[in-house]
Amino acid sequence: MLILTCPCCGVSAEETEFAAGGEAHITRFGPGASDEEFRDYLFARENPKGVHFERWRHAYGCGKWFHAARCTVTLEVFGTYSAQTLEPPLAIRDAIAARRPGWTWGAAE
Amino acid sequence: MKRYSAFAVAREALRYHKGWGRAWRAPEPKARYDVIIVGAGGHGLATAYYLGKNFGITNVAILEKGWLGGGNTGRNTTIIRSNYLQDSSAAIFEKARSLYEDLSQDLNYNVMFSPRGCLMLAQTQSEVRGYERTAHANALQGVETEWVGPERVKELLPIINLDGPRYPVLGGLWQARAGTARHDAVAWGYARACSDMGMDIIQNCEVTGVMRAGGKVTGVSTTRGEIGCDKLGMVVAGHSGVLADLAGFRLPIESVALQALVSEPVKPLIDIVVMANTVHGYMSQSDKGELVIGGGTDSFNNYSQRGSYHHIEHTLAALIETFPIISRIKMLRQWGGIVDMTGDRSPILSKTPVEGIFVNCGWGTGGFKAIPGSGWAFAELMARGQSPLAEEFSLDRFTEGRFIDESVAAGVAH
Ligand SMILES: Cc1cc2nc3c(=O)[nH]c(=O)nc-3n(C[C@H](O)[C@H](O)[C@H](O)COP(=O)(O)OP(=O)(O)OC[C@H]3O[C@@H](n4cnc5c(N)ncnc54)[C@H](O)[C@@H]3O)c2cc1C
Ligand SMILES: [Zn+2]
Repeated sequence: MLILTCPCCGVSAEETEFAAGGEAHITRFGPGASDEEFRDYLFARENPKGVHFERWRHAYGCGKWFHAARCTVTLEVFGTYSAQTLEPPLAIRDAIAARRPGWTWGAAE
Repeated sequence: MKRYSAFAVAREALRYHKGWGRAWRAPEPKARYDVIIVGAGGHGLATAYYLGKNFGITNVAILEKGWLGGGNTGRNTTIIRSNYLQDSSAAIFEKARSLYEDLSQDLNYNVMFSPRGCLMLAQTQSEVRGYERTAHANALQGVETEWVGPERVKELLPIINLDGPRYPVLGGLWQARAGTARHDAVAWGYARACSDMGMDIIQNCEVTGVMRAGGKVTGVSTTRGEIGCDKLGMVVAGHSGVLADLAGFRLPIESVALQALVSEPVKPLIDIVVMANTVHGYMSQSDKGELVIGGGTDSFNNYSQRGSYHHIEHTLAALIETFPIISRIKMLRQWGGIVDMTGDRSPILSKTPVEGIFVNCGWGTGGFKAIPGSGWAFAELMARGQSPLAEEFSLDRFTEGRFIDESVAAGVAH
């Protein structure tokens, strides 16, 4: 059972209170994009075995979207943070690096 | 290789079963092969088998990081059916189903194919329309299915509660030639036949790198050293993203956990496969008497081969509503597999951006039924560079918007 803390309202709850929204920090391509860029935006995924940045919605709570950093092998949650950002904040990256020595944000991309 | 037969069983019975040999060899890897297949699941092994059988390519190695058949091939609920909506799906799944019919004879290995029939229940008006449409589509595709009303459902499934409080049963899509097979036996049968053709199945050998030169594959590095090859087939289901990453490209795949469970063994209760997609549960009974039950996937990316508990609760609650008789049966064990989900819920059999690398993945929650057909088509693709059955399942479809959308067709699961 996965337990997440919603950074919007501060509630910690089981995964059944949340809805998973897939990979976070995907660049949205708009008009003028090439077919390949639009394909990547819609379908291509990192799908890493390890550190994953992902979107969640506090569906049965405050209803807001947020981001989480989580390990897809151990299901450890490194932290959750606001969705109003293009990349994970430093505190989250440090929390991951502390648990996964050698990991860096660029390397995951 | 010694052939299995009634005579062999009788002979061995008389000499205390001391004469059985190994079913497949355990060779050391050679320095180089014409073709390397990564992943000794059903799809990888079937690919190797048809490379040998249909194209005479036998200088082949199948590399497996664990034990053969230990991935999703040994974890599924063994449902075999071909009642899909889209023509290209129906073609490859029906090819697979028809190959299953005489696979035991072909491999000289009893895969226990049991065409007991599969019934997909319609419990909402939209499902009724969906399945009627599928029945019509199947008629055009030459796949024998039939829309049946509630009375026939009750005949096929006496234990069903037709007027469930939430979702009364309004009818169903019946495929009499669908059924189940023994999943381990499918992997073992193909493995034995591949080994017999001189192919090397190398277990405990994880691929950790893909070697390339000038945009072309030259081999792989593994936990048992470097191995060269001309062509590489990646057939690793939930780990497809990891393999693609090693080869320097990305796939439209996400890996999630799918669970199944079995009950304590009970007397014969249900002699067909039943699927209830609205409430998300499906069930059949094994020869040992266990109810084999599956449900939905977890919603988040996962490589842990465990699923979340609430999915089991959800599946069982749904099944108990439709089959009240099972409410007191105890569940024996539960497990999970990592399934490879694509955006349109259809598989990928394709060339890749790296010359010589081919990928067969995206079978997600429903690829056991496809093993023989997938191996047949993928072997052709790898040997000839093209295959009519595989053509529509290429990676280009995600760029061209040519999806094979099976998620809107009511056949969502397995
Ligand atoms: C719970 C559950 C129920 C299911 N029920 C059904 C069903 O009823 N009907 C149906 O049709 N389908 C069902 N499926 C789906 C079906 O099991 C799969 O689609 C199918 O088995 C996939 O076969 P495969 O050979 O592609 O993959 P797998 O059998 O998973 O084989 C892939 C192999 O690749 C190996 N591998 C991975 N990475 C590496 C590496 N780096 N180096 C070497 N080897 C590697 C793995 O160890 C594994 O053995 C179910 C799946 C699950 C999990
Ligand atoms: Zn909240």
